[in-house]
Amino acid sequence: MKYIYELHRTMTTRKLILVYEGEFTQEITKSVLAMAERNMDAIGEDSGIKRKVFNVMVECLQNIVKHSDELQEGGAPVRHGAVFMIGKDDDKYLITSGNPVQNDKVEMLNGKLDHINSLDKEGLKNYYKEVIKSNKGLSEKGGAGLGFIDMARKSGQKLQFDFEPMGNDFSFFSLKTVIRRNVTDSE
Amino acid sequence: MEVINKEGTEDTPKIILNRNDGIFEISGRSLPEDSADFYQPILDWLDKYSGSPNPETVFVFKLEYFNTASSKLILDILSKLETISNTRIHWYFHEDDEDMEEAGTEFSELVEVPFEFKTY
Repeated sequence: MKYIYELHRTMTTRKLILVYEGEFTQEITKSVLAMAERNMDAIGEDSGIKRKVFNVMVECLQNIVKHSDELQEGGAPVRHGAVFMIGKDDDKYLITSGNPVQNDKVEMLNGKLDHINSLDKEGLKNYYKEVIKSNKGLSEKGGAGLGFIDMARKSGQKLQFDFEPMGNDFSFFSLKTVIRRNVTDSE
Repeated sequence: MEVINKEGTEDTPKIILNRNDGIFEISGRSLPEDSADFYQPILDWLDKYSGSPNPETVFVFKLEYFNTASSKLILDILSKLETISNTRIHWYFHEDDEDMEEAGTEFSELVEVPFEFKTY
């Protein structure tokens, strides 16, 4: 039973206020959002910070909902779980997700995120406008291709990410977005 | 012409499209599971309306939150409104919500429709 204590310790030392592992759906997304909102309301979190956290959470969770069903191995759909976490420190919230992605998507994701991280505030705004007005409709999955850009804009910080090989056709894609608290200057 | 009157939910906005009363309004939260599917009836309604619009159309956006998939559809709505003469947008944002104000400003730069910004 030691793993229970270990999990508890990990959550405490990492200051995780919410961890969800498993299947992701729109219903789960709404529940996780409601829990996080209640948590932030309970401590009287600043409404601007609350909105940014909510915003980043939605994009993060809906990314997983949209992209977690495309994983197949040898033609058969494979159920891979994903993980979503919120950490809260005195000076920041950390919104983190992890999900398996096919290895052939890694380069594309890496390139996209590197490009976003190379842009400053004005660059991100222009990139957002460029993507939204490109005459493409939503993707097959219903995405606008704007999620990461929006997360970077709301965060005001670089997106942190990593790909961990899983020993098959997949890599584990971890993504961390920081929302600073107690921000006195309006960036 | 039919009236659209959809109550808002925790992930979809309230929508009123009523030409007789001159009310055109989208308000609340927009993060539907399938944005394209959710907004299609609105776009269809606007297509019909644009055939013989009111002398003046004031379209109100009073959104508390919208996700990026919805933003694409909001732009589609604005693009339809662009083709209707004498259309104005009233873009509401909460007085301390700079991000929503900025989102409105960006939309106003993407379409040729006059925007008025209002706080609530």
